[in-house]
Amino acid sequence: MSNTPVATGAPRELIDPLTTRAAHSDFAVRLRANSEYVVIPLLALIIAAGLFAVFLMAIGKSPVDFVSYVWRGGFGTAFSFQNTLQRSAPLILTALAVAIPARIGLIMIGGEGALVLGGFAAGALAIPMIGHAPPMVALVLMALFAMIVGGFWVGFSGFLRYARGVNETISSLLLTYIGIAIMNFFVEGALRDLSNPNKPSTMPIGDAYMVGKIPGTQVHWGFAFGLALCVALYFLMARTTFGFAARVTGGNFRAALAQGLPVGRLIVACSAIAGACAGLAGFFEVAAIQGRANASLAAGYGFTGILVSFLARHNPLVIPPVAILLGGLVASGGLIQRRMELPDATVLVLQGFIFVVLLTSETLYGRFAIFRSTKERDRT
Amino acid sequence: MSVTEFSRRGLLKTAALGVAGATLNLGAVKRTFAAADLTVGIVYVGARDDFGWNQAHAVAIKSLKEVPGVKVVEEENVPETDAVSKSMESMINLDGAGLILATSFGYYTPFVVDLAKKYPDVQFRHAAPLWSQDKDPKNAGSYFGYLNQAHYVNGVAAGLCTKKNKIGFVAAKPIASVLSNINSVLLGARSTNPNATVQVIFTGDWSMPVREAEAANALVDAGCDVITCHVDGPKVVIETAEKRGVMSCGHNASQAPLAPKGFITGAEYKWITIYKGYASDLAEGKSLPNFLTGGYEVDFVQNTPFGAAATEPAQKAALAAIEGLKAKKPIYVGPLKDNKTGKVVIDKTYGNLDPFLDKMDYLLEGVVGSTT
Repeated sequence: MSNTPVATGAPRELIDPLTTRAAHSDFAVRLRANSEYVVIPLLALIIAAGLFAVFLMAIGKSPVDFVSYVWRGGFGTAFSFQNTLQRSAPLILTALAVAIPARIGLIMIGGEGALVLGGFAAGALAIPMIGHAPPMVALVLMALFAMIVGGFWVGFSGFLRYARGVNETISSLLLTYIGIAIMNFFVEGALRDLSNPNKPSTMPIGDAYMVGKIPGTQVHWGFAFGLALCVALYFLMARTTFGFAARVTGGNFRAALAQGLPVGRLIVACSAIAGACAGLAGFFEVAAIQGRANASLAAGYGFTGILVSFLARHNPLVIPPVAILLGGLVASGGLIQRRMELPDATVLVLQGFIFVVLLTSETLYGRFAIFRSTKERDRT
Repeated sequence: MSVTEFSRRGLLKTAALGVAGATLNLGAVKRTFAAADLTVGIVYVGARDDFGWNQAHAVAIKSLKEVPGVKVVEEENVPETDAVSKSMESMINLDGAGLILATSFGYYTPFVVDLAKKYPDVQFRHAAPLWSQDKDPKNAGSYFGYLNQAHYVNGVAAGLCTKKNKIGFVAAKPIASVLSNINSVLLGARSTNPNATVQVIFTGDWSMPVREAEAANALVDAGCDVITCHVDGPKVVIETAEKRGVMSCGHNASQAPLAPKGFITGAEYKWITIYKGYASDLAEGKSLPNFLTGGYEVDFVQNTPFGAAATEPAQKAALAAIEGLKAKKPIYVGPLKDNKTGKVVIDKTYGNLDPFLDKMDYLLEGVVGSTT
């Protein structure tokens, strides 16, 4: 990831300090430079949509119908839009679990495991507290515990990376399966609620202990926390010394070491933050949706989060709109199945097109003169 | 719309109409329905053509579509998360569904229950015996088939087809409904072949294609010459049996096309009986039953038409067994012992729907294998 320009334009500052100084002095030039990061992804989306339209026509379906159903099923009514927001809530958090390590140069894809274990930890911690602790206290403790467990899980991958040189992508993926197995072991064994004979789950936490909806909506609080975390983590990564150190490490960890930056601690911290985000997503799955921990926690949110983060170019502020876009596609997937009699994989085909075209579009950055300042153009 | 009709103007027009339609719909969500135009929404946890549980429902839904005045909307691969509650809600809000059929076990709590409370005018029915009169909403309910009766018929036929007297059973989890199917295969087989045994391997989960193939192979290696199963999608098991040149009996839906040589018969749900019943009750303005369950006696289960491996005597015996079950002839004729300690677990003869049998946590003597 080190040679990819990030949305803040940081690497360019490093390459070309002169332009940067000029850009900072001139808002219009800065806007022009940054608009590249908006225009190219939009262009990619349009091309992906065009390809998908051809695909639809090839199988004899109308792209126009498709668009109108996506609109209607994902955005067009109050119900649909809230459906979309609710579906995007776990994706925002699991995308953060990919985006933060990406800033320090790690490709962590273990969000699913941290989500499952975090959710399980929250569900397990709830058992002794039901009926004893006040709901607010119980929920806060559950959320913290979920974040600690999730943070430990991904943090461990980060530790292995730094201390033992283990590839973090592989280790975090494999730890995901171990995490799911641990959850299943307890849910089907020691912590199983025996009154629920056919679907192994922990004890239900009960309505009084459930996280409610954001007032006036059908969307649970996980969405709001996701948004807040996106903003907070954006500031952490873009505006603090910690974030700066992390980005330097991501750019060139040898240079970071030479500078005396605590690379090991930075790597583990970024990984742990990532795991905490995914663990929090697991907490909301248990406390806002399922009401208990069971195998349904492993619903693939952690994996979809990888897609969201890559589409958002690992920028926390871009994650929510991307997650909402994907949430809307998934939310409308049902309506598309029902009305157009298309298989549910249709939406996956569209997601695939978007992903491939967006990744391809990475090569376009810096190739359009229009995004560069006149001075820069003169020099090249 | 064909390729030539596709134009930018058309796109704009339809998009605009879509937006207008969506906006108009905001306020007036039509939830009530006339008896003549019922919309049924059904959600599946897997693919509709999985040769198993989901396909059994999809086949029934296909014939429900032919009932005049009934419109069906379907959604497949819906996970057991809030995705299912949003899917069902979307069917209610956007399609005007008046009856929701939720076909996967994990859909019930909390999703079906919560949604039934939220939409009291919509009927919800869930395919597992979970509805409780005391605490669950009155517009929700359960339906389920006693598939063990059809497995009993499998056993009757298999008992006469097997040459080695060994029937192999690939099972998912040791829960009551699975155990009852295994025990019923044994009792069916013993009714026609007193020397028959059933050897069982548990895979541990509902859908584990690799382990299912391993288990089927292991059973064939152990000398079983008829293989049957209780897993979500029996495709792998039946195909493996066919490949190994042994006979097979199906589960959930028809797997006959997968085993042109070795298929005997299979245990199938007959959901259409229930679905048509719901549709006609609603059309007549009657209230729907909250709890429907049964087997051959109410036409909720059936056996797949005989395959190439079903011998003449096996076919005759199976048909006779079906007649018996329709007349409520009991399967569990006590006393019966378990296969672990030899102690009597079924003290007397129980009717086929007796709740005592729903608590089954044992394998009967004659079954080789253990629940733990």
